[in-house]
Amino acid sequence: MLSMTLDSVSSTTPAAPVTPRDPLITTACETLVELKNVSFGYTKARQILSGINLVVPRGKLVAVMGGSGCGKTTILRLLCGQIRATSGDVLVNGQSVAAMDHEQMYAHRRKLGMLFQFGALFTDQTVFENVAFPMREHTELPEEIIHDLVLMKLNAVGLRGAAKLTPSELSGGMARRVALARTIALDPQIALYDEPFAGLDPISLSVVGQLIRRLNDALGMTSILVTHDIAESLKIVDYIYFVSEGKVVAHGDVDSIKASTDPFVRQFVDGQPDGPVRFHYHAKALAEDFA
Amino acid sequence: MKVAEVILGGLTRLGASVTGGIARLGFAARFFVAIIRLSGTTFSRPQLLLREIYQAGVLSLIIILMSGLFIGMVLALQGYETLVRFGATESMGMLVALSLVRELGPVVAGLLFASRAGSAMTAEIGLMKTTEQLAAMEVMAVDPIARVVAPRFWGGVISLPLLAALFSTLGIYGGYLVGVRLIGIDSGAYWGQMAAAVDWQHDILNGVIKSVVFAVAISLIAVFEGYDANPTAEGVSAATTRTVVTSALAILALDFVLTVLMFRGGGG
Repeated sequence: MLSMTLDSVSSTTPAAPVTPRDPLITTACETLVELKNVSFGYTKARQILSGINLVVPRGKLVAVMGGSGCGKTTILRLLCGQIRATSGDVLVNGQSVAAMDHEQMYAHRRKLGMLFQFGALFTDQTVFENVAFPMREHTELPEEIIHDLVLMKLNAVGLRGAAKLTPSELSGGMARRVALARTIALDPQIALYDEPFAGLDPISLSVVGQLIRRLNDALGMTSILVTHDIAESLKIVDYIYFVSEGKVVAHGDVDSIKASTDPFVRQFVDGQPDGPVRFHYHAKALAEDFA
Repeated sequence: MKVAEVILGGLTRLGASVTGGIARLGFAARFFVAIIRLSGTTFSRPQLLLREIYQAGVLSLIIILMSGLFIGMVLALQGYETLVRFGATESMGMLVALSLVRELGPVVAGLLFASRAGSAMTAEIGLMKTTEQLAAMEVMAVDPIARVVAPRFWGGVISLPLLAALFSTLGIYGGYLVGVRLIGIDSGAYWGQMAAAVDWQHDILNGVIKSVVFAVAISLIAVFEGYDANPTAEGVSAATTRTVVTSALAILALDFVLTVLMFRGGGG
């Protein structure tokens, strides 16, 4: 059953364009992840998130978008429990991440899969060993089963033939796909993707995007995609949150985002250089610096 | 006013540096306790430990063996110059063996180990942190202290005493090559004096204890500096340097303390 599912996932025949299954996030959907008025800052002077609210229903693929440094990755780190909110609550399955003890945190993390921005593959291990790593650490499966499972996961990302290579022998796009295979190694309940499209060529970008959508649907996962690639996101996600300066400034399903007249959304979707999002970091007046 | 500000600024920096140092020492102590507490994985999965013994121990063999051989040879040459004045050249075996087993074996092997294996441990763990490999492990619900740090720590602790023993052995052989084969001291006197003078417990066991203490210190410093490194190229480089410098100072300071404790009151 699993192999059939993965075979269907691995089908990279360009096929029909991927379309989100449900265009709208409705209150009828069961909430799996929720950020309630969450604030976070490494110092009091510099707040990364300021009272952010965000809901991710079970089974959906939700994108969190915004410019560099707006706090997108911080949201993923809060969900993993790598950092704790200074105020507000991060809820997963109704359970507060901040209130989890060590055992609960590790149990929580076993249900997560996270794709790091640069893959974070273990450089002293082969591609096969990287994907096998979570299986060997968390299951008692015999080596023959692990072998088959790893090859199935690698097949799903089109890299079964690269199993014996080391991370240093992979291109950026291949490394990202191996990391994706490792992310889904244990069929996680929630998949977190940190900038999965950064630095990819158009073909790899499209393949990775479609894989994320197909894997979400085939494995019944809930996915949160942090990115600033608006074009690819609009093709694959169910819902989008726009974050700027630590706050959600707009959100909606794909159609409403495309039709939106909100200046922030328009600037982001159309890639306008001028608008609510400032290109320059906060600074003194130009004349003061060059006087 | 200006002078007062400068003094105050200096005192503030001094205070910050002292409290920062104490905090880091406390973190290192907690880190050591965590390594011990999470060492179960290392011993329940021997392949993890064997890999680290290979990395830290086997790959250090060449530098340790060659250094031991040459230091033994130099010791014999220098020792002969002194002993010949007193007509005591037969004591060369004793001189070489005691110098190596008690002192030079553990200390020089420790210094070389810190430079070769300790720096490599720090750089590897620091780079794993920089490239988010440790964070990835944490998110996969795998404790990096149990999976990455503890095996390297124990790999170092097991390897160094063995390397120090090999260092002393090759040193004694180097002394034999120079003293007996080159200078012409009687072979029986060389080995006989050595066998008579070297005490199993007082000399060899104390030497082993020294090398175990150095191994714990170097391995702890190396894994801690790597784990605590700033996740940048500059940060890893600085951590690697700190490992070598701190380890060298720790070895020399611990050597003095251990020598006082072990050999005070003469004997042997």
